[in-house]
Amino acid sequence: MMSEGSSFMKGMALGGLFCLVMTYFETFNPGTHSEGHLHLHHHLKPLSKEELQKLSEGQMSALTQQVGVYCLIMVTPKLLVHWATANDTWSKHCDKSVFYTSESSKALEAFDLQEQDEWARMRKAIKHAFENAGELRWFFLARPTTFAIIENLKYLVLDKDSSQPFYIGHTEKSGELDYVEYDSGIVLSYEAVRRLIEIFKDEDKCPERGNALWKMPEEKQLATCLKYSGVFAENGEDAQGKGLFNKKSVSSMISDSMGQNPADVVEACCPDMAITFGGMSPSQMQVLMYGVYRLRPYGHDFHDSLTFLPPKDSDND
Amino acid sequence: MKALGARSAFYVGFLVGTCSLYLLLSQVGFTRNFASHERETHEKSLLQMIEEENKNWKKERSALFNLNHPHHTGEDGKLADALYKRVRILCWVMTGPNNLEKKARHVKATWSRHCNIVVFVSSVDDPDFPTVGLNTKEGRDQLYWKTIRAFHYVLEKHGDEADWFLKADDDTYVIVDNLRWILGSYSPEDPIYFGRRFKPYVKQGYMSGGAGYVLSKEALKRFVEGFRTKVCTHTTSVEDLAMGQCLEKVGVVAGDSRDSLQRETFHPFVPDSHLTGTFPKTFWYWNYCYYPIVQGPQCCSDLAVSFHYVDASHMYLLEYYTYHLRAFGYKYRYQAPEPKVIQDFNAPVPDKVETGDSEQKLEVEAHEGEKQSLELNENS
Repeated sequence: MMSEGSSFMKGMALGGLFCLVMTYFETFNPGTHSEGHLHLHHHLKPLSKEELQKLSEGQMSALTQQVGVYCLIMVTPKLLVHWATANDTWSKHCDKSVFYTSESSKALEAFDLQEQDEWARMRKAIKHAFENAGELRWFFLARPTTFAIIENLKYLVLDKDSSQPFYIGHTEKSGELDYVEYDSGIVLSYEAVRRLIEIFKDEDKCPERGNALWKMPEEKQLATCLKYSGVFAENGEDAQGKGLFNKKSVSSMISDSMGQNPADVVEACCPDMAITFGGMSPSQMQVLMYGVYRLRPYGHDFHDSLTFLPPKDSDND
Repeated sequence: MKALGARSAFYVGFLVGTCSLYLLLSQVGFTRNFASHERETHEKSLLQMIEEENKNWKKERSALFNLNHPHHTGEDGKLADALYKRVRILCWVMTGPNNLEKKARHVKATWSRHCNIVVFVSSVDDPDFPTVGLNTKEGRDQLYWKTIRAFHYVLEKHGDEADWFLKADDDTYVIVDNLRWILGSYSPEDPIYFGRRFKPYVKQGYMSGGAGYVLSKEALKRFVEGFRTKVCTHTTSVEDLAMGQCLEKVGVVAGDSRDSLQRETFHPFVPDSHLTGTFPKTFWYWNYCYYPIVQGPQCCSDLAVSFHYVDASHMYLLEYYTYHLRAFGYKYRYQAPEPKVIQDFNAPVPDKVETGDSEQKLEVEAHEGEKQSLELNENS
């Protein structure tokens, strides 16, 4: 009896010691779960104003050339009103925007993929976009329920080399997999897409119909395939660490901020150069269009080192 | 048997030791962070609130005097500052004791920070907020009484400290910088007032109450004089109509507040309604607007001045859209002409490059402005 007791105590002591040693080597991560979370993500920020000012005119011009964006907007007839709104608003600011649909609609034009499976649709669309990219080196993938400010996307990737693999957006973690949330838009560099298309050929690592056992959402399928090609998700944020890609609507984020930061609602809420918002109704999107591209206070100017011109034949921006 | 028991006791002990220490560490680490973080943010927000208020406002005689024209990080606000100096606007906001927390507080936190002076008008004095109580009751039938008393009050107490006098509701959102842009082409000595012009009942039209309207100093003087000489009296509780009738009688002109593309700047509804709504043909609005109604994106100027029926969260949303959210490097389609007061200031001196000169002048002014506000801060 005594020897069992003392063995037990010895065991406990050693166990405690073992735990401490493990914690020291950070294998356990007890406590601050969220901090450990952050360390594993890559954070991507735009150039600061000071860094921008250091660039010469020639460098600026070169960067502007390289930052063309090809928008892939994945639509279905069910989302007709959002489809029409995306067509009428933010997609006009892409260098090239193509609407990829599951089935054709009489009301609006789109590239008909004739495919009901979402992952298969995404694959086909990406292949088509890559083949038709022309000079464009950045790809933005979104549903029409997302509103994107393409100029701010360009600002984020301005100094990033598109011949390197980039996979950017709002990152989430699922087990060991870091993936970019679809609802807040997915950004891929030319190299990332090139590698993706290569791995599409591998039916084991990147099956076309997805895993037979369970249906993974296409955002995770994408992340898995990219991971096999050595491309990892990065979180797009501004200099203050605020997320630039949002799946919530502006009003939803404002309401949250009113509850959490009543003294400083707007400053604490949303970034100045936000790239995406989700979950907005078509009319809220029209108001956002007016809010971004038109509404402003007279006499407050930002002398940005780069100029983006408004699109032709448009009256709401 | 004994050896087996001892060994398994050891293993069990090992397991228990590991698990309990793990739990202990996670509890201590986690809760320590959680508690301090919560306390921190709460304390910060309260302190921050008080500090910010004292830095930005001087409370005096139941009015808020703006010490710091709000600036955004990274912006060049020279032009806005120049207008702020030359086009001094007193904003008085119609509110009531039941709406201070629900509505007026959010006006105070957002657009009213851009006025030179703000007065919150209520039926009850409140030295903390602060609000001015004007010996009226609350209710729709008191609206014109409140308005009459409010205008008399601001002329008497602040007549020398402002050039233009804006009336707004506590659910009106006003972009004061854009109001200065319009008013900068007129003189406070002109008998004129601006707002969203309605056509019925008054020959030259009258301005919608909810969308806000602004009187020049001369217009305000004539309004007050009109009541002294009994040319104007309390005719009806429909405040905006009554204002329009009185102002027409005393020779104040109903101005055209549209931008250089004839787009409206004062709006009686929220942006959503004007930009995307289609008003039914039987809606009163169609018969009221003095100028032709445009539905869709061209309803509203880029340099909009006001929107109405704006609730608390919508106020912050509009503040975000107006002053914060922008598209990097975007060249706006509408290039607004400079208001006259800036053009006169920048009047070309012969044989000198105009732009360089005016930029220099604005630079000097900005520098002096900084010195001035520093002095003000020291004095208060």
